Amino acid sequence: MSDRIFGAVGLILALGYAWAALVIEESFLSDAVGPKAFPLIIAAVLGLSSLVIFFKPDAAPNWPALPRLMEVGAAILVMVLYAILLPELGFVIATALAATYLTWRLGTTPVSSLVSGCLTSLGIYAVFHLVLGLSLARGPLGF
Amino acid sequence: METLSSLADGFVIALTWQNLLLAFLGCFLGTMMGALPGLGPSNGVAILIPLAFTLGLGATPSLILLTSVYYGAMYGGRISSILLNIPGDEPAMMTCLDGYPMAKNGRAGEALSLSGIASFVGAFLATWGLILLAPQLVKIALLFGPAEYFALFTLAFATLGGVASTNQAKTAFAAALGIGLATVGVDTQTGVPRFTFGEVHLYDGIDFLVAIVGLFALSEVFLFLEHRHGNADASGHKVTVGRLMPSWSLLKSCTPTMLRSSFLGFLAGVLPGAGASLGSFIAYTFEKKLVDKEGTFGTGDPRGVAAPEAGNNAAAGGALVPMLALGVPGSGTTAVLLAVLLSLNITPGPLLFTQQPDVVWGLIAALFIANFMLLLMNIPMIGLFTRVLLIPPRILMPIVAMVSFVGIYGISGSSFDLVVMVGFGVLGWVLRKLDVPLVPIILGTLLGNAMENNLRRAITIDNGDWFALIDSPLSIGLWTLAVIGFLLPIIFGKVVKARIRHMARDEEGATID
Repeated sequence: MSDRIFGAVGLILALGYAWAALVIEESFLSDAVGPKAFPLIIAAVLGLSSLVIFFKPDAAPNWPALPRLMEVGAAILVMVLYAILLPELGFVIATALAATYLTWRLGTTPVSSLVSGCLTSLGIYAVFHLVLGLSLARGPLGF
Repeated sequence: METLSSLADGFVIALTWQNLLLAFLGCFLGTMMGALPGLGPSNGVAILIPLAFTLGLGATPSLILLTSVYYGAMYGGRISSILLNIPGDEPAMMTCLDGYPMAKNGRAGEALSLSGIASFVGAFLATWGLILLAPQLVKIALLFGPAEYFALFTLAFATLGGVASTNQAKTAFAAALGIGLATVGVDTQTGVPRFTFGEVHLYDGIDFLVAIVGLFALSEVFLFLEHRHGNADASGHKVTVGRLMPSWSLLKSCTPTMLRSSFLGFLAGVLPGAGASLGSFIAYTFEKKLVDKEGTFGTGDPRGVAAPEAGNNAAAGGALVPMLALGVPGSGTTAVLLAVLLSLNITPGPLLFTQQPDVVWGLIAALFIANFMLLLMNIPMIGLFTRVLLIPPRILMPIVAMVSFVGIYGISGSSFDLVVMVGFGVLGWVLRKLDVPLVPIILGTLLGNAMENNLRRAITIDNGDWFALIDSPLSIGLWTLAVIGFLLPIIFGKVVKARIRHMARDEEGATID
């Protein structure tokens, strides 16, 4: 079943890609092939392989149960939030929060997670910023 | 002779304090990453590329750092195979078969140092192979025009799934997806934006580093979250390392095995679509057929440890041949190394040898240096590396995730790229669940633009005649190989894969009782 859905999504993707290729505005100065031809070939490969996947599906993988799926979803959300809040909070705080969350959800006790998260953040800051001189996001506090 | 003097020049470049230090650092980090289950050579190199890049290292120093990581990870994979029966990375799978039984017999130290020496022999011979073979391949490659290059790229994609691929449709899908991603952005030939949907961030395309780090490193984090691997700690296993140095007679009895396996592994590495995993598999099965007369393979035979390790390290060296000489990588990790070169603005291929010989020979000299360092590091410091295995993944994975973020943020300083990277992480996780290989996607994002440019150049030269693609015997040959390479696994793939699995399961059963 998973592969059927995957094949169908792939086919939609291929069609969308082909459509987006067809509406590319061509410049008046163009080579013999133009900017559309290659993407259309790729769209064809994408579409054909999606069809094969759809009609000859493999055995479905073990999808995690709903709680685990939520777990992964929450981690994705945390990472996106991290990406957005990084310039607002500054590197050290944002990283400590995100690392603490991930460590906690991977099965560490809350207190050790907090310690480990803060150490991770400070450690990366020390190695990459103080020693190696990489510029990291600066928050309102300057770190 | 010319080769030797170039090599000497290479050593002059590589033997500076900074480069030696980088090689040492790379070897150390690489061995650690190889040893930790879940972080293979591709992951290791992928995480470190953005860092090498943002640290402002020059081309040769970054290459030295990252290839040391590559060789180091190939060495490191064996440690957890032998001690825990968990392969540290895919090529080290075969090392479990005899390495773990040896460790159970109290010969873990011997197994570790023997496999270290075997790795050294394999990598050392393969580096010589690289020196001898790559310049020859360059001579052939200089005959290639755009049409041949287009065919060569197609060949690379067609064979990437490898002989052990079970579903070629998924490999093709992955390749097309990767190439499709590469076409996002302003068209290099006519200057019109493509697939950008008006988003300014997409005008210069999707940075392949963002894609690589997301697909490899972050998807690993999601996999861990899903299974909550926190319990995969090493705490339950107490293995005594025992005597460290193998006896001379043992080394002597393994020497023919190492030499044969290095040769086979090197060949497997050079050929497209094989790579290190297959190198160690071929080396092990061949050796088993040839010398295993008493049926001791699988019960802790030292030769069964030496063969796959020499094989996989030789394959790692062999895989560098097509990558450097043609610019077309044959395996996942060399694809990541190609990303290193491209992000340093170095285009690998035949011209690299003539135009930037310092980079090539500096790199080759660095491989020798790294190899010696790894040998020295891997025998006395083995205790340190075994202790690394005790760090539980629940602490380690968040660090991996955060370092990935730091690397990508360091390049562009934009939150947008980080969000895109998370997106790639999710994509990588879903695709891995669906058994879609990730390497073709990476290779697609790396080579997509070059492939399109060569196609358009070939056809423009012939005034829009599409038959220009199959105009020369060379390109017809490449196309034929591509078709065969794509179709072969459909016929034989299931057989090969089933045999690998069957063997692994057999041995597991044998070690349990």
